[in-house]
Amino acid sequence: MKVPKGVLTAVKKVRGGVKVDHSKGTAEQDVVRMPVPAKVVIPMQQHIGAPCEPVVKVGDEVGVGQLIGDSDKYVSAPIYATISGKVSAVGDIKMPTGNMAKAVTIESDGEMRLSDDVKPPVVNNREDLIKAVRKSGLVGLGGAGFPTHVKLNFDQTKGIDTLVVNAAECEPYITVDYRECIENSWDILGGVYTLKEMLGFKNVVIAVEDNKPEVFKVLKSIADSSEDKYNEVNLMTLESKYPQGAEKMMVQSATGRQVPPGKLPADVGCVVMNVGSVAFISRYLKTGKPLVSRSLTVAGSAITNPMNVRVPIGTNIGEIIDFCGGFKTEPKKILTGGPMMGIALVGTDFPVLKQNNAILAFDENDAILKKETDCIRCGRCANACPMSLTPTDIVRATKAKDVDTLNRIGIMVCMECGSCSYSCPAGKPLVQHMRLAKALVREESKK
Amino acid sequence: MVNGKKLYVSSSPHTRSKSTTSGIMLDVVIALVPSLIASVVIFGLRALLVEAVSVTCCVLFEYFFRKYILKKHNTIGDFSAAVTGLILAFNLPSGIPLWMVVIGAFFAIVIVKQCFGGIGQNFVNPAIAARIFMLLSFGKMMEWAQPMGKFLNITGVDAISGATPLSASSDELPSLLNMFFGVRGGSMGETCIAALLLGGIYLVLRGVISPAIPLSYSGTVAVIMLIAGKGDFNFVLYQLMSGGLVLGAIFMATDYTTSPIRLKGKVIFGIGCGLFTCLIRLFGNLPEGVSYSIILMNILTPLIERITTPKPFGTIKEKKVKEAAK
Repeated sequence: MKVPKGVLTAVKKVRGGVKVDHSKGTAEQDVVRMPVPAKVVIPMQQHIGAPCEPVVKVGDEVGVGQLIGDSDKYVSAPIYATISGKVSAVGDIKMPTGNMAKAVTIESDGEMRLSDDVKPPVVNNREDLIKAVRKSGLVGLGGAGFPTHVKLNFDQTKGIDTLVVNAAECEPYITVDYRECIENSWDILGGVYTLKEMLGFKNVVIAVEDNKPEVFKVLKSIADSSEDKYNEVNLMTLESKYPQGAEKMMVQSATGRQVPPGKLPADVGCVVMNVGSVAFISRYLKTGKPLVSRSLTVAGSAITNPMNVRVPIGTNIGEIIDFCGGFKTEPKKILTGGPMMGIALVGTDFPVLKQNNAILAFDENDAILKKETDCIRCGRCANACPMSLTPTDIVRATKAKDVDTLNRIGIMVCMECGSCSYSCPAGKPLVQHMRLAKALVREESKK
Repeated sequence: MVNGKKLYVSSSPHTRSKSTTSGIMLDVVIALVPSLIASVVIFGLRALLVEAVSVTCCVLFEYFFRKYILKKHNTIGDFSAAVTGLILAFNLPSGIPLWMVVIGAFFAIVIVKQCFGGIGQNFVNPAIAARIFMLLSFGKMMEWAQPMGKFLNITGVDAISGATPLSASSDELPSLLNMFFGVRGGSMGETCIAALLLGGIYLVLRGVISPAIPLSYSGTVAVIMLIAGKGDFNFVLYQLMSGGLVLGAIFMATDYTTSPIRLKGKVIFGIGCGLFTCLIRLFGNLPEGVSYSIILMNILTPLIERITTPKPFGTIKEKKVKEAAK
């Protein structure tokens, strides 16, 4: 695609990466609202940070948007009732990762009655905004689930100048950000300019991959909006390759700066936000309705009707799949998230979390990966690594439990994007080795 | 569990590219086919016999040595032994006695490849190591068959032996056109430049090899020979097309296991190969320099890797840290 005038391109291109099949068949389908489920199970840990404690008990009547879990820890995000009805259980459930977490079960009364607590917040300055974002329960909707208020409450003396709005959506299959841009462009516009004004960003970069011309048009009109008086909001188009949308990659593309190992984008003057999160902030400031529902892409070779659905958080994954016509063939692998970084589930009896952006189910053909053979040292993994690591060296050092070498070659900068495993012709589970290596380093540092 | 049936659970990513080791090796075999055909056309059916013996021996040695001595899983399905066998045959004269081919295949597969851990572990290219081993051991290796002898002569006894362009005096030199299409003396697979280039282009287009090593290798040779030949372009062309340089640059120097994995390393590797080749050709006493230069650079590869491995993302270079401290 020829880059039109006034549109930015990457300041410094992302090295490596892989060309994955986009498989974004649901891109042109409107988000469908799923009927209210009979019950939801809302875990108290849906973010990075401290888990929340339930503040309701069995038998309580709750309305949509009523606080049901909170924590006094800073890095945490409150949790709200996502349907109206009666609390029927408070107890431990098993999470997709295998850990146990407390959860509140709500049986629906079918009314979806809004709680009286839902009132638009009054936001006049930076502190108000951060407080409001904390109260909204927002976490990064792109997948990581980092509490947004923590991200926005950066140290103002650090000279943070750039907001990167991430609409790259480089994971295959997922199209929820795409739909957000098409369907809720006004919310994105509002969110971008509110954040810019309240937090004082000098430079806003909206980033999109070049395989989404429709979204490009929408975002271009946002960047060209009359609200942008000093031309400080710009659209950036990126070559479509994975993992273009990773946070550190975004910072590099937008500003040319590299986030040092173990640091955050804020350390190099940037805040990166998912486009869905930006739109949500705008909606929340208007309605005061906290994060109680989210859009998901339901797709994959085993799903009868792949589509984008909007569901209350805590809805059972099995019920969502049934809503999408159930399984076309026997599913052999079910994921939350995309195929590159998603988590494989042991079953469908799990609730949807705030940060889930897709449910994918694959048939036998897609579920069985290629057979592992011997490494031929072709170097595809090292050339695919956007972090300039050499996966083969890491595998060798991990097998030898050589923590010094692992530290020297920089294992901790690995973001587990999966580019190495994807490109390996020998079918090596390299990311798994990376995880083992990181665990080894963490263990050693505890000693 | 869904409907009582278990699901696969694994570490991400849950998708893989389509490339496989056997697919890559098959691409190399396909790329070698034009040269295979050329060798038979130029040197007769005897060439095909040597190639068949070499490939068969390599595959069988790999199969039996892994099965009965190493007691490890079977790896002949990845076609790497077949590739080694084919390239080894390309490095031999068509008139070579077959028992020598068997010994060469044994050396390549058992000694160089399997004794160092099999595919991906050998520190020098098996085919080149075997060629050098045979050069040092058998005088017969130097008796290059002349092309278009008797097409159906498969005994190899009557093959006319003669000089290769590198050792010929200038009035015996074949024409440049004959050099390009391989109508000259030499190893079976190295003479037909046209066929080798065809294979090389195929490999680059398929993404199997990077053009970095072939280009930097032949580029270095061209530059040095231009200087040594005092600007004589014909001399440069003869140098580039003779002595297995093209075969070596495209198919042997680019061997994954024994060459650097990054672009910068590949360029250093190619320049090194070119430098050693020129040194041996201009000042050495050896019949030819390609094998020796590649094997020397194979041995240097771990060192090249060490100096070309980039710093992890976001790591500030030491120089800059010092500057910042000032």
